[in-house]
Amino acid sequence: MLTTTDTDLAPSDAAGRTGCTSAFRRVLPYVEAAALVVALVMPFVLGDRTDLVTLATNVLILSLLAISFDLCWGLSGIMSFGQALFFGVAGYVIALVGRDLEFSQMWATLPLAMLVGLLLAGLFAAFLLLGRKTPTGIFVALGTLTGSYAAERLVSGWQYVGAGNGLSSVKLLALGSYEFVEGTAFYFLALAILLLVYVGARFLKQSQLGLVLAGMRQNEERLAFFGYRVQLFKALVFSLAGMVAGLGGALYSYHQGFIGPGNMGPGLSTTAVLYCLLGGSGTLIGPVLGTATVEVLSYVLADVDAIKRVWPVILGLVLLGVVLFQPKGILGLLVGDRERIGSYGRRRK
Amino acid sequence: MALLEIRGVTKTFRTLRALDGVDIDVQDGTFHGLIGPNGSGKSTLLKAIAGAHFADSGSIVFDGHDITRTTPYERARAGLSLKFQITAVLPELSVYDNVLLATQSGQSLPRLLLSASRRTLDGGVVGLLERFRLIERADDLAGELSHGQQQWLEIAMALALKPKLLLLDEPTGGMSPEERHVTGQLLEPIKPYCTLIIVEHDLHFIRDICDQLTVLDQGRVLDQGDVETIQRSPKVQQVFTTRV
Repeated sequence: MLTTTDTDLAPSDAAGRTGCTSAFRRVLPYVEAAALVVALVMPFVLGDRTDLVTLATNVLILSLLAISFDLCWGLSGIMSFGQALFFGVAGYVIALVGRDLEFSQMWATLPLAMLVGLLLAGLFAAFLLLGRKTPTGIFVALGTLTGSYAAERLVSGWQYVGAGNGLSSVKLLALGSYEFVEGTAFYFLALAILLLVYVGARFLKQSQLGLVLAGMRQNEERLAFFGYRVQLFKALVFSLAGMVAGLGGALYSYHQGFIGPGNMGPGLSTTAVLYCLLGGSGTLIGPVLGTATVEVLSYVLADVDAIKRVWPVILGLVLLGVVLFQPKGILGLLVGDRERIGSYGRRRK
Repeated sequence: MALLEIRGVTKTFRTLRALDGVDIDVQDGTFHGLIGPNGSGKSTLLKAIAGAHFADSGSIVFDGHDITRTTPYERARAGLSLKFQITAVLPELSVYDNVLLATQSGQSLPRLLLSASRRTLDGGVVGLLERFRLIERADDLAGELSHGQQQWLEIAMALALKPKLLLLDEPTGGMSPEERHVTGQLLEPIKPYCTLIIVEHDLHFIRDICDQLTVLDQGRVLDQGDVETIQRSPKVQQVFTTRV
């Protein structure tokens, strides 16, 4: 079946060339459409269950963190165990702006959070990716993990930022005189932001730059011999991913009314890895589904006393199971490699 | 002035001296063959030219610029293009996308993000695929091609960069005699606009397409000159009859 995208990519073919058969059936657009419909009707279905609306909002916000990791790993092959660092630091910054400056207007604080994430990730990228020698994957993974751990330890002992207690009673996110409290309004705000980020990430993935990232993920040395500054591309995507994580951190801080050391540590960074791998890395929608799966299961099982205490162990086993037996995640069952990786200039027989 | 001037290049791997004071000039517009027994340093020299290895000493001057310590990225931008000995196509991308990836390497970041050149580059990509007999496989994954077709795809990708100097490391390795013959035919038309350095074990192939030859032995230049001169060289004959 021809999709609009296929038609767009197939040139007018003045040479009379015939094109290839459609080599794969597209599944992702249907998954995306279904997820969007579910997200749009969710608050109406949940009705008065404000606890569940809050849970759903959390899923949307944490999906930003998951997409941030997918940009790094799924699209570009950068293994980052530090995405929570950018998430948490941005969350702290807007909490401090609210506390010390009494300011929480979204037109300024959300861009500020994005800027913080972008600059911090850019700083890490400069150290980890932009050296003369090509860094190994282990070096980058350990570097980001160390950064996340060090930041968690730092804020845990820093009284100005609440030390181990974190910052609570974060000023509500405001637009003019309207304040976003937990509930439907915040849900739709988070959904709108997630949609914007998602569309942007999808645009990036399907662009010619996305082709560079897809090539980079497979053989970065080869791309260097094509004349691509591979590490610069990596640094760029890593910084963009940091920006997305920062945006998520700000929303999280406003939504929860709290931000603590655990929101920037290896625990949350690893959970972001789990969201992505469980859902299906490289698909963008997979990490969103992975986030929903993990968070809903956590919520449901947290009420079951027998499981509550061992839930982290179960999560760890799930991650292990996914890596060993279903590395392409839940969506890997539906989506072929061809669609996951993408096709950038297909012709038709 | 030669397009490529290699002076006193040495390269040592632990205790093995792979290149030992190599001097070579490659003139613009020539097809230059590097031959020699296994382990003579041919591939190492090619990698030193392309930037996959840095020479320990000596200099490599390309098109008037010293590139001895520059990165592969910088050398590619300067007009050098390498086809690896072991095929390095991107197996999970389509054949078309492999060539597009090489073709679009000179595009700026904003143009890549906006996919501004996708349509304009299409003609060049298709032209290369047609020339290298891959157009019918354009939509297949590169990893699904036969070995010979992957070699052709590699050469097409290397040529997509519009290099001034193309470095081919055993382009006919693993090919059938028919495929080797076709490869020679495919390379012939690039002569007017691209200089070629080719490492190859198939001496018939080398003799058919090259103007100049350099014979390496144990990391040193044993002899160099035109094909006929090298064919008559007693030193070369001795090496090839005793060690090849």
